[in-house]
Formats: sequence, structure tokens, C-alpha cells
Amino acid sequence: MAVPPGVSAQDFDRALSEFENAVGEQWVFTSDEDVDLYRDAYSIYKGEPEDRTASAAVAPYTVEEVQAVVRTANRYRIPIYPISTGKNLGYGGSAPNLSGSVVLDLKRMNRILEISERNASVLVEPGVSYFDLYRYIQERGLKLWIDVPDPGWGSLIGNAVDHGGGYTQPQFRNHFDAHCGMEVVLPDGDLLRTGMGALPSSESWQQYKFGVGPWIDGLFSQSNYGVVTKMGFWLMPEPDAYLTGTVHVPRHDDLIPLIDTLNFLENTGVVNGMPQLGSMVGGFAGRPEAALQELLESGASTTELEEYAASAGKGYWNCTVKFYGPEKAIAANWEYAQEKFAAIPGATFEAGESFKFPLSEKQIEEITRGQVTGTSASGLPEFGVPSLAMFSIGARSTTNPYPTAGHIWFSPIIPRTGEAILEANRVFAETAGDLGLTVAAGGFSLPTTYWNRSFIYLFGFPISETPEDNRRTREAFERLVRVAAEHGWGEYRTAPAFQDMVVDAYSFNDHALKRFNERLKDAIDPNGIVAAGRYGIWPSHMREA
Amino acid sequence: MVSKTVLLSAVFALAAAGWASAANAQDALEQRGKEVFDYWCEACHGDGPGKPGTAALEVLYNGEKPALIEQRDDLFPDLTRAFVRDGVSVMPFFRKTEISDSDLDALAAYLAP
Repeated sequence: MAVPPGVSAQDFDRALSEFENAVGEQWVFTSDEDVDLYRDAYSIYKGEPEDRTASAAVAPYTVEEVQAVVRTANRYRIPIYPISTGKNLGYGGSAPNLSGSVVLDLKRMNRILEISERNASVLVEPGVSYFDLYRYIQERGLKLWIDVPDPGWGSLIGNAVDHGGGYTQPQFRNHFDAHCGMEVVLPDGDLLRTGMGALPSSESWQQYKFGVGPWIDGLFSQSNYGVVTKMGFWLMPEPDAYLTGTVHVPRHDDLIPLIDTLNFLENTGVVNGMPQLGSMVGGFAGRPEAALQELLESGASTTELEEYAASAGKGYWNCTVKFYGPEKAIAANWEYAQEKFAAIPGATFEAGESFKFPLSEKQIEEITRGQVTGTSASGLPEFGVPSLAMFSIGARSTTNPYPTAGHIWFSPIIPRTGEAILEANRVFAETAGDLGLTVAAGGFSLPTTYWNRSFIYLFGFPISETPEDNRRTREAFERLVRVAAEHGWGEYRTAPAFQDMVVDAYSFNDHALKRFNERLKDAIDPNGIVAAGRYGIWPSHMREA
Repeated sequence: MVSKTVLLSAVFALAAAGWASAANAQDALEQRGKEVFDYWCEACHGDGPGKPGTAALEVLYNGEKPALIEQRDDLFPDLTRAFVRDGVSVMPFFRKTEISDSDLDALAAYLAP
């Protein structure tokens, strides 16, 4: 059994014994076989000495047990690493930033504590997955939707505190933004509630985020200042209907007014679903037809590509907009959106899908089929239905006979303009060329629109069983992070293997933000026990080392 | 004689109760296994579209074996245990706070031939 760094074997034994007293012997895992299950299944250091591993794991069932474990850890200065469902695959999974940490596994804390259809909100513990909440809502026939990320087995809390996103209306897509109220066990074992939760007799913990005074919830996301044990979330009342429509624009430079118009429509609330950008090449992960591929490989000019788009009856770019709401209102909103997009000369329009809710099982199956085959603009997440369909990426399939061993994402934030997309395409295509990488639909890569005020590019890298492949991937990834930073584009989220370098890019005024985070760390967690190194925040004794 | 007959009957009754109890225990184990499957495995290995595990096995076996693992007749318990605890390809391994050893035994019994 490994011993945490900086801890004597004797102290570790004592701490483990206290952990057992707190949570029960069967919920303290120390055998190699059990602890091995806390490594990152999608590790970019798979099978290498740098692979992050735990020394033990402890799985409390109640907040009081969490407090007891944290107090013991603080007394013996044992590094602990909280996980919720441990399914943050592609971003570190259940493995700690600091090898030798004791994983605080909160999966057993899986209670849905309160749900209100009238207030459209829920209060959950960290072990509650999107699947769990979906089943709970369905069993009770509540008219509530969850905004789900791609994999449904993730934790609402874990996903939100790592800044995950989803696919419905903008006020729900940003999962941290959609939370209301937190409960946190601090590194000394003290228990804190934020917002209206700090007012003992309040009934509005899930209704008003701020309470009074500084709003500190953000400190507990992508950080290591405490262990989040409860969070409230705002849910989406089931709408009446849904509609999509697509605008095609004919010229390369039309991307600029296309995005500006889209931004206007989103910022005014006319378009309230998650837009989807596309091109004549295809959408996300799309591949061009053979004739177009040939043209692209020949180094065709923009004019030639515009001519191809016209002759093929396609726009150069397109955007599918999505609407939730009363059937008549969203039809009117689509009509209004067309009027606005029509200011782009040559814009054409295509009606899309429409649904009335609730969906039937047959409709859900058809939507799933459309999502998997890429023939539909809407997938299950647009309707708040959790699944694991996204794992078809990388899994063995008819189009992918050689499955990967997982994936990681290079995911920079760029400005929400057409100019930024064109510039990012140029820069990433050039960098990919230097690195010998093949980018699907290179030059036509389009960002995703999870956030309604910025774009995120998502480039997936496969994890290999071969260390040499992973070493090359790490080099490429780090190069892309540096090149992106040179252009002012930063990662929104990343795996522990890259957190130090990603955070280092946010370096304004000699890393003032990082230095501030470190001052907070020293004040809130002077022994540096919680998630050391998470998002580049190291305790003082490790900074000095 | 009478007493012997009664005794034998009692012995048979006891044996039958034992068999019934063992059968009930096996049924309960497999029932639990089905619950574990539905909760943890179905989203990837169920029937219908959007199930990447089933889609992957369909390509891997190309009709030689069923793509649906619930229809397989060669998933011996140790094989199920190995996949759950070791993972394969993009399928991660599962911790004991997710699928406990007793739940894994139940799942293995449910999927066993």
C-alpha cells in the first residue's frame, strides 16, 4: 500500500483507522486491487510512472461522515481528493491530481433531497447522476427537464463544479450558472452553506443565489477550497413545443454577419435553443463529399469553393437555430429569425424538426437514431434525456474498426465572432500541419455553442494503450495550448495532466490570478489537504518544493 | 413403520425445502443481477439505437455472437468480473462504490450461461 507524500506510515495507519471508525471498515479501501480502481480510465499517462494513483479511498455516506474524514485528514495532513461519481472521463476521471492522495469517494451520497415542480428546482448530493435524477422525475411524472451533458452517468455536482455544459436553453446549458445554493465542508471540517442557505429559516435556498455579501460559490468550482456536499439546481419546466430551422449563406465571408445575427437573436432571447454551426463540409466531426475533398486537397481558392457550394446547392456555411416554447410563439420567432438572417444576400432557409411534448418512446428512439447517425439536428440532450450515446466516439463501430482507449479534449474558448472562427481555423490548421496531425474538415472546423456569449472549440485526442502514442499526443496538446494562448484563446477545462500549464497561460500581471488563488488556499486550507494541485492551485509547502 | 414413513417424508420435505431455498436464492441473485444490469450496463449494452457497447460488439462479432450481452451464452462469471473491474476500450472499469463485489456476483450470475 502506498503512503501519501509527506505522511509517516504510522500517521497514515492512525488516519485510516479513524476513517474506518467514521464511515465503517467496508468503506475504506486500501488493497491494491481496490485502490487501482481509482486511476483515470482515460489517462494520457496510461501505464507510465507518471500515471496518477491514489493511496487509499474513503466513501462516506453522510455529511457528518465527510466532516469526520476531513477533520482526521487535516489533523494528520493527509492529502484527500474528492470525487462525485468519478466519471469525469476525458478530464481526469476519479484519479487525484497528486499521486498518493486518499480519494474521498462521494458516490454513496446519492440522495435527491428536495425537488420542486412549482419552483423548478432540485437539491442533490454529489453521488446523484443525471440518470438518477431523470429516473426520479419520470417515476413521479414531474413536468421537469434536466440539462444533461453528453454522458448521463456524470454527477450534477461534479459536472457543474468542473464547468460542464449541456444542450437546452442558455440559462441551463452552463451547469454552474444554473446552480443555486451550495453546502461545503471546509478543510477544517466546518460546514458552510452559501446564498440563502446561510439564513437558517430560509425557504429560498434554491431561489436566490446571493443571500447577502460576497457571492463565493465560484470559489468551489475548478478549485480545492472545500468538499461540496449539496447543490441546488434550476430545472427547465417542460415546454409546449420545439422547432428547428436552418439558414444557409453562400459566401466565405458571410460567416461574419451570420454569427453577428445569431448573437443578436440569442441575446434578445428569440433563439433559445443551442445553435449548431455547419458548413458545406459537414457539421461537428463532419467529413466532406469526395468531390469537395478533392477540391480541398487541390488547394482550391475561396471563389472556387463558393462556386462548388453554389453548384452543389449548399450554402458555404449554415446555422441551425432551435426554439423552445409555445408552438405559435416559436413559429413566429423562427419567422423573425429568417427576416434577420435575410439581410445576408443569398441566404436561404430550410425548415427543420418540430416536436410537441411530452415525447413518446417511439419519438425518443427516432431521435436517438438520428443523433447516432448524424442525420438529425437534435439529439437526446436537446430534450433533457441522459444517455451514453456520445461514447460511440472512439468505440468500435462500422466507421471506426479500431477503437481507442478513451479520449481527451483540447477545448479553447474563442470570441463569438465569425472573424475569430476564421482565424482559429487558420491557426489550428497551420499548427496541426506542423504537428503532422489530421484534422477532420480542416479549415472548416466550427466551434460549439454551449455558452451563449463565447465559443468553445472541441478537438478530441484519442488515448492509446501505447505510451509512445500518448507521449506524442501530450506534445501536440501542449503545443496547441501554447499556440492558442498566444492568440488569447484559453482552455475552459482540462485534465490534471495539463492543469498547471493551462493555468500558467492565464498570466496577466505576473500571474496575479494564480497568486490570489494561492493566497486563498493558504488561508482556507493551510495544511493543503484538499485536492492539492487542482487547476494549478498547490499548497504552500508544495509550491516551495 | 408409521413413524419411519413420517420420518422419511420429513427428510424429503427438508430436502425439497433446501432445493427450493437454493433455487429462490439463485432467483433472487439473478433478479438483483438484472437490476444491476439495468442500472449500470443497459445504457451502453441495451437494445436499440444509441447503445455504443452493443454497436461495438455487433461490429466485433459480425454475427458470430449476439451483440446484446444479455443474449450471450458464453459469459462465464469470471469474464464479466474481468470486464467490469478492468474495462475495455472506451468502457471504463467500475469502482466498488458503484458496483460492489456482491452486486458484481449478482450481475455475473445473471449474465452467466
